[in-house]
Amino acid sequence: MNKENKKYLIEGEKGKWEVVIGLEVHAQVISNSKLFSGSSTKFGAEPNTQVSLVDSAFPGMLPVINEYCIHQAIKTGLGLNAKINLHSVFDRKNYFYADLPQGYQISQYKNPIVGEGEVTLDLQGESKKIGIERLHLEQDAGKSIHDMDPSNTFVDLNRSGVALMEIVSKPDLRSPDEVNAYVKKLRSIMRYLGTCDGNMQEGSLRADVNVSVRKEGDTNLGTRCEIKNVNSIKFMQMAIIYEAQRQVELLESGKKINQETRLFDTKKNETRSMRSKEDAHDYRYFPDPDLLPLNIDNKLIEKIKKNLPELPDQKKERFINEYSLSAYEANILVSEKEISDYFEEVVKTSDKKLAKNWIIGELFASLNEKNISISDSPITSVKMAQLIDCITLGVISGRTAKEVFEIMKETGEEPRKIIESKGLQQKSDPKELEKIIDQVIIDNKDKVAQYKSGKDKLFGFFVGQVMKDSGGKANPQLVNEILKQKLK
Amino acid sequence: MSDISKKSLSELVKLIKKKEIKSEELTQSFIKNINNDNKLNSFITICSEEALKKSKSFDKSPKLDLLLPGIPIAVKDLFCTQGIKTTAGSKMLENFVPNYESTVTKNLWNEGAFLLGKLNCDEYAMGSSNETSYFGNVMNPIAENTVPGGSSGGSASALAADQTPTTIGTDTGGSIRQPASFTGTVGLKPTYGLCSRWGIVAFASSLDQAGPMTKTVEDSALMLEAMASFDKKDSTSINKKKENYFKNLNHNIRGLKIGIPKEYRVDGMPKEIDALWENGKKILKDSGVEIVDISLPNTKYALPTYYIVAPAEASSNLARYDGVKYGFRSAKGNNLIEMYENTRSEGFGDEVKRRILIGTYVLSSGYYEAYYLKAQKVRQLIKEDFDQSFKKVDAILTPSTPSSAFKIGEKKGDPISMYLNDIFTVPVNLAGIPAISIPAGIDKNNYPLGLQLIGRPLDEQKLLNIAYSMQKKINFKQSINRWWEN
Repeated sequence: MNKENKKYLIEGEKGKWEVVIGLEVHAQVISNSKLFSGSSTKFGAEPNTQVSLVDSAFPGMLPVINEYCIHQAIKTGLGLNAKINLHSVFDRKNYFYADLPQGYQISQYKNPIVGEGEVTLDLQGESKKIGIERLHLEQDAGKSIHDMDPSNTFVDLNRSGVALMEIVSKPDLRSPDEVNAYVKKLRSIMRYLGTCDGNMQEGSLRADVNVSVRKEGDTNLGTRCEIKNVNSIKFMQMAIIYEAQRQVELLESGKKINQETRLFDTKKNETRSMRSKEDAHDYRYFPDPDLLPLNIDNKLIEKIKKNLPELPDQKKERFINEYSLSAYEANILVSEKEISDYFEEVVKTSDKKLAKNWIIGELFASLNEKNISISDSPITSVKMAQLIDCITLGVISGRTAKEVFEIMKETGEEPRKIIESKGLQQKSDPKELEKIIDQVIIDNKDKVAQYKSGKDKLFGFFVGQVMKDSGGKANPQLVNEILKQKLK
Repeated sequence: MSDISKKSLSELVKLIKKKEIKSEELTQSFIKNINNDNKLNSFITICSEEALKKSKSFDKSPKLDLLLPGIPIAVKDLFCTQGIKTTAGSKMLENFVPNYESTVTKNLWNEGAFLLGKLNCDEYAMGSSNETSYFGNVMNPIAENTVPGGSSGGSASALAADQTPTTIGTDTGGSIRQPASFTGTVGLKPTYGLCSRWGIVAFASSLDQAGPMTKTVEDSALMLEAMASFDKKDSTSINKKKENYFKNLNHNIRGLKIGIPKEYRVDGMPKEIDALWENGKKILKDSGVEIVDISLPNTKYALPTYYIVAPAEASSNLARYDGVKYGFRSAKGNNLIEMYENTRSEGFGDEVKRRILIGTYVLSSGYYEAYYLKAQKVRQLIKEDFDQSFKKVDAILTPSTPSSAFKIGEKKGDPISMYLNDIFTVPVNLAGIPAISIPAGIDKNNYPLGLQLIGRPLDEQKLLNIAYSMQKKINFKQSINRWWEN
């Protein structure tokens, strides 16, 4: 495959178009309490039960920064290889909405806590660096619930004030696949760090997607549209495909793109205009006078840096070196912390090569089939290691192991119990095997003669016969050895 | 003891500690004064029953080692008081009852005081004459139909009329010092961050500061000691150890240097005020203080800077009053936007709307740099003026206001002339430094006039000592004839 073919381009009537994408990812910070109040952040509580006087903006209430959230932001910034700004400022973003009790959101505008960084994507063996523009901390809003009553809107403030990290990428993404890889990589990094659980169903991770198009080879950016608040990777990809096509059609028919904010309608699979640039809110940002500027000590950064866990990229390097994995295999195994942990637990006791093959092969297939995550797998890392050990110790053959695996994935039973109860144990007693082999030689005298006269290919036939007669339980390695001797 | 309510706070504390009077007796006498008044309109909420209950329970088991044992205190209705209506002088919060207590009032109650009532003030503390309150004008006890100043007008009026032995106000641009000056009382604006802002209805967060309003400088020291505290709930609160302002009060000011800023000699200032200022200098000289001429060159920009910064913050601080969660909500409106518009049109008065509009304008895209950002830079210059001066002098002496109390309605139609009232007080808020206004004389109408002492950050003790020394020499006497009591 040459490079030209791999590039994601839209074939218009008047030529090829390149899609330019930038993402503003909103990641909910893992923290027991909110960004500026002591209220709980637990998901799924009864409406308005996790709301303090600060969250509901009662008169005279003041925000106090939750230091843990600062640490989490620094951690994330370090994970994105980004510059941590020693001085940052909380600003007020002013607008009226029923689920925004203060009438402003506390965010960081001109001076964010984290500056430029980068994330490395692995795209089918090739790697690409995506620039990070910034990361800032801000409060989430509450939720307006419009569908509970025909004439009333209800407001739930449980989410009001929960800490978010907004991670803004540079316009470096070029295809829906890259967006997929980028969001997954971000999520993976934050999960490794324990700074965001990345749970998109619960809204812990959502993104505003900026899309523009330009003629292939152009270096100037086209006019972009921002698609607000998309909450799954699939929807992001669908929105990008639709939006890029829409823009190409407009431009090819001689029209201009209006810079605007759009919504993605997941049912109709289309983006729709929400408001134009002219109607854009004037947020009247200004530094929040209730909060002092945030000054971070270098020592704190050093301390956090020292305690950083191994991140996916580092782990990948180590896996390649330590376990002789290919880059492709290493990528898969480090993509989620739970997977890499699983793998490392298995190889602690068991064969590296078998471990990687069984996890990437059979285990992943079964997880996909059942649509569950590795942490919910009935085959725990311990049982997986036991199964692999059974192979290396010659208790069962690789083929029998697959049978055992099929049972394990349904019942979660220990492999040795299955082997025993089903009598699947391999025949590794040379005397027993010799008996079977001798019988096969007697029964196939003509083939023996042919073999001896030079028809080497027939060796496989003998092995097959022995396996068949042993009910598939003969240790294939031993069978090979004994057969070779007997047929000399 | 018939004139018990006329006594200063520190005298009352002494009498209670010596068990010469009881808290109940004291509370009764203030309640009587409050009930005898139907003209001043200084109270929005009177807590007679609760106060009497508290006084009785104090008398039952008096704790005499506290700073304010058994003292009833009425406070500006900007401090949130648990279970007691807190209006901020606005229709918007006409029926708002907080279920929490502001840090400053809690500090007072922890020192043995209890709530006597909530005092009238300009709506959201925006005003210099107490004429913007939704609950009506307040009159100055010095003469019928004169304003008590603002925004802590009800506080100043109630104090001067012996309806509370002491009170607290908030000062964003002069709201403690100007009414103190207009009513012949003592008003202290502490260093920004010395008293917690938690639980005080916000006007302009970077300027708001609570402070004591008292009859004497001793009382001011006592109250400041009780009010001030580091509060983790206010991120701008200063973390320092408590000081004993009252105990450490003394007259030793010999050898201090006091600056006289030439920029405070404004055109058209009444001769009486000039004379008052001269007299202040003379008194200080006589006490062995060195008078030094200084310059605060950016003073002339203080007022315009203030009227950008304060409304900008206010426009954002007041966004929460939207009818959604608490407070007033208009019955009119077919959708969210209309509900907002009607609620805020009907719930806010003209002055508040004016400042929200100014504030929204100066923060708008395209104007932000020209107004808000520029104002922040000028604010820094004003602060540096003071920093420079305090290298040469220990404190600064100025008049508190450019005039004495004016008539109700006199300036109401002219916001600029009203704003000019704050010309001497506003720079102090912009710089975040402390200042005290003490009564220092009278004008031709017998209306009180005040002098202001401005100090270094956290140098309240020195300010109080200078004020204490001047108070003794000035020996100001209120000449109030209690015309409002029938």
